[in-house]
Amino acid sequence: MKIVIIGNGMVGYKLCEKLLAKPIAAPLHITVFGEEVRPAYDRVHLSAFFDGKTADDLSLAPASWYADNGIALHLSDPVLSIDRAAKTVSSHAGHTIPYDYLVLATGSAAFVPPIPGVEKEGVFIYRTIEDLELMQAHARKAKKGAVIGGGLLGLEAAKALLDLGLGTTHVVEFAPRLMPRQIDEAGSRMLQGKLEELGIQIHTSKNTAAIVGEDTITGMDFTDGSHLEVDMLVISAGIKPRDELARHCGLEVGPRGGIVVNNSLQTSDPSIFAIGECALHEGMIYGLVAPGYEMADVVATHLSGAAKSFTGFDMSTKLKLIGVDVASFGDPFIGPNEARTIVLEDTSKGIYKRINISNDGKKLLGGILVGDAEAYNMLLQTAKNGLALPPNPEDLILGARGGSEEAGAGVAALPEDALICSCEGITKGQICSSVTDGGCESVDAIKKCTKAGTGCGGCVPMIKDLMVHTMKSQGKYVRNVICEHFEFSRQELLNLVKVKNLTTYNEVLDTLGKGDGCEICKPLVASILASLWNEVILKKGNDTAQDSNDRFLANIQKGGTYSVVPRIPGGEITPEKLIVIGQVAQKYNLYTKITGGQRIDMFGAHLNDLPAIWEELIAAGFESGHAYGKSLRTVKSCVGSTWCRFGLHDSVSFAIRIEERYRGLRAPHKLKSAVSGCIRECAEAQSKDFGIIATEKGWNLYVCGNGGSKPQHALLLAADIDSETCIRYIDRFLMLYIKTADPLTRTATWLNKLEGGIDYLRNVVVNDSLGLAEQFEQEMQELVDAYECEWKAVVESPELRKRFSHFVNAPEEKDPTVQFESMRDQKKAADWK
Amino acid sequence: MSATLTESYTWFAACSTTDVPENGGVCVKYKNDQIALFNFTRRGEWYATQNMCPHRMQMAISRGMIGSIEGEPKVACPFHKKNFSLVDGRCLSDDSCGDLKTYPVKVEGGRVFIGIPGAEEDTWA
Ligand code: SRM
Ligand SMILES: Cc1cc2nc3c(=O)[nH]c(=O)nc-3n(C[C@H](O)[C@H](O)[C@H](O)COP(=O)(O)OP(=O)(O)OC[C@H]3O[C@@H](n4cnc5c(N)ncnc54)[C@H](O)[C@@H]3O)c2cc1C
Ligand code: SF4
Ligand code: FES
Repeated sequence: MKIVIIGNGMVGYKLCEKLLAKPIAAPLHITVFGEEVRPAYDRVHLSAFFDGKTADDLSLAPASWYADNGIALHLSDPVLSIDRAAKTVSSHAGHTIPYDYLVLATGSAAFVPPIPGVEKEGVFIYRTIEDLELMQAHARKAKKGAVIGGGLLGLEAAKALLDLGLGTTHVVEFAPRLMPRQIDEAGSRMLQGKLEELGIQIHTSKNTAAIVGEDTITGMDFTDGSHLEVDMLVISAGIKPRDELARHCGLEVGPRGGIVVNNSLQTSDPSIFAIGECALHEGMIYGLVAPGYEMADVVATHLSGAAKSFTGFDMSTKLKLIGVDVASFGDPFIGPNEARTIVLEDTSKGIYKRINISNDGKKLLGGILVGDAEAYNMLLQTAKNGLALPPNPEDLILGARGGSEEAGAGVAALPEDALICSCEGITKGQICSSVTDGGCESVDAIKKCTKAGTGCGGCVPMIKDLMVHTMKSQGKYVRNVICEHFEFSRQELLNLVKVKNLTTYNEVLDTLGKGDGCEICKPLVASILASLWNEVILKKGNDTAQDSNDRFLANIQKGGTYSVVPRIPGGEITPEKLIVIGQVAQKYNLYTKITGGQRIDMFGAHLNDLPAIWEELIAAGFESGHAYGKSLRTVKSCVGSTWCRFGLHDSVSFAIRIEERYRGLRAPHKLKSAVSGCIRECAEAQSKDFGIIATEKGWNLYVCGNGGSKPQHALLLAADIDSETCIRYIDRFLMLYIKTADPLTRTATWLNKLEGGIDYLRNVVVNDSLGLAEQFEQEMQELVDAYECEWKAVVESPELRKRFSHFVNAPEEKDPTVQFESMRDQKKAADWK
Repeated sequence: MSATLTESYTWFAACSTTDVPENGGVCVKYKNDQIALFNFTRRGEWYATQNMCPHRMQMAISRGMIGSIEGEPKVACPFHKKNFSLVDGRCLSDDSCGDLKTYPVKVEGGRVFIGIPGAEEDTWA
């Protein structure tokens, strides 16, 4: 059977793959003509080209793959005509090839509206690798960019212009709102706000009248009389199916373009098929890759003699812009009579969510997510598979109230044939059986085995959930291992290191791991060693296992300078010490700021200056504030009974005592605390990892609060306790956390995952249900006694000081590339290049 | 270093072996360039790359953490943890950001030498 495929784009390639995989009896002779210079590549991730991906990285298969599989591939060789009577095609290079079946996979071209001036230099379209290469070259000399078209592709192009270094970027949309085909008015408004934060300016209801400039574009004139100065423009006003060949040989085409096909994807000539973006099915062009892949499967199935028809495809999509979550699924716009619509709008957070529910409240019909699209996969599946909705459907977008349980049914409820990866057409059943029968126990293995998740990648989180769910239901222990070098969880490793009495990273790796370590396990082991032994962290052998911030005992900042944060326990400081900070900052030219943690941060210190700065601070009685470590930060205090008319106890003294007790303590993540003198709570203790509030009878101890991106209030652990009891409980609480938490898990997240929650924790800490209380207190006391200011250790050791120079062979010289700018009478780091 | 050297190099004396922390890196000044030099003690190997991270153009690779991935030695930039092969400088992170230039390294008599392709001055060996 002789098959000729015209077009070697994403869909044409997929057809080759599918044909090879089908049981076709007759010997196959496949010939592919491609107009582009390279074999089919991943157009969906074209923008990754600007992040450094090369044409090779984007390639779907190398030319050798076609040869190895007996496919004749003619690149840079467009087909010029089709002779339907003779059943042959003729190409530009002069090949005439006969066919039994012909498949048109010619895709589409960018639609360029006939605006005067579109031919000028600096005006681009966004479709092929060559287009992007041209843009890259022009962008070097351009400063202001614009995009015509505010749809999915236009917004991607606008972000690309920003990434290319254009300072200002405008999006000009003819319709009154962005992404008019996917999202509604309110969603567009929210999206517009998000994009403007990124530095993209949006102009809606604007019609371009002319592109002006001599040879090269210098600006755009609009029909409303306004003008915009730009020196680079991308046109993304829609697509135009490549139907010219079909038209010339008399195949039926739609009134607005597209090759008309039936449910078998046959054109008006039954031996000619059309698939992908050039095909017009029931009046519809599918401008997405997943329906194109499905079409390829229908044709391959048909040619293998089996039956399958194409019956339309879901147009759900997610925008691929980092930092901007936008998705729409099912029927996003369905009207008020056919459905109930639930909307969540949070303008302060920039979140807009809309779901459309059938009038009987049983089915999810579609929706829109802007600002937070985490639930996209699950909502899409719920809609597509007609899953039952929770009793309060609004929980689907609000999250269930009063608990962290996921609303809706979760992956377990999905039917076996639920399509999880729509790009590759992989179902839940196929993914689960790759785990049960194929032995896949990682997302990568599943990707290799099933191809799921290798297209747009949007389904990867769901693949992971399915894998974990399947493994658990098989009774398999899902190992939460650290990385390729250690087959243990953090908790297991901590116990082993302790039992085996290991004290350096190399010993731990030699005894318990394999390979040479990495940036995940090194800081983790370093933190375990510090939590267990509390030795000076720059001890030889462990110094280079510390995270960069711990290695240089300071936080690295933009431009490569560091910040200096001395400890100011409880936020209390004498005028003398304030003066010293001022003098040091002045001498070393540092930016100063009062932090949110009641102390002072000095930014912009050269690596070379750090030891000298700390020497002066230490001489004045300061010590490290551990702002760089996964360790205790600050214990905030309110002024308390010493001054405040409501104060019940001396919160400042207690805060200082707590801060000095736990300073330098290494933990899985940083720790924060606060002490308030009464229930007015001026120190915000209930947002801390452990917080203390004075009561008439003593102190209330709260634990596991968190600020940060997912704020959570702390929970009451014990009420009306005295100071000594309070400290004993904190000792126990912290030791349990240090020993059992996963790496980089704050106490709030740790508690959320802890089986039994706060009641279990209270039992261990207050009622000593594990019988470990005494041991915990003793271990904590050892750590407290072993405390030493690590900056003091550096300042006093010439050997350690040597590590704080930028050039090993020019120790006096500072990094000459560091640059500052000035702002409000101080300096600031220069922006990223 | 086991690389076969076909190009001509000028060997630049960077520092002594003890100047570089075990399993860590330092930054070497060569004319107006900055080179990151790594003492991979665990493997008994030395590596050198450009010091500038191509991701956000930060002079930081020498302060990165070294390690291995499936046996290949690599370094992670301290800023956003992009990973680069120490063998050929290729970016190993999913969202590639460009590659590092690499240089051959020789150790002789306690001194570390970095091979600068084609340079003419400061010749050694
Ligand atoms: C300086 C400061 C902002 C300010 O100008 O006020 C600050 C600055 C930084 N914060 Fe913060 N945070 C500062 C108070 C806070 C607070 C408020 C507080 O402590 O009362 C919070 C929310 C409360 C909380 O942690 O629960 C806060 C939540 C974070 C988070 C998110 C933590 C989370 O659990 O989600 C990070 C990221 C992390 O740690 O992984 C972070 C990370 C950072 C880093 C270390 C980011 C970095 O790697 O460069 C910043 C470096 C500062 C430096 O170089 O010294 N910072 N940060 C504040 C220093 C307080 C201090 O004296 O130590
Ligand atoms: C920047 C960008 C981002 C995108 N993002 C997404 C996304 O996130 N999700 C999604 O689903 N879709 C996305 N798309 C759309 C997706 O890429 C297309 O739907 C898909 O590539 C269509 O495949 P195709 O094979 O039909 O067409 P194409 O990939 O365009 O391939 C057609 C090929 O045929 C060639 N050709 C045409 N005529 C001839 C001829 N006469 N002879 C020989 N060869 C010929 C063309 O040169 C072309 O190489 C995106 C597109 C772009 C440009
Ligand atoms: S909120 Fe973000 S930007 Fe501000 S200091 Fe904290 S980490 Fe840095
Ligand atoms: S600057 Fe190196 S990873 Fe971002």
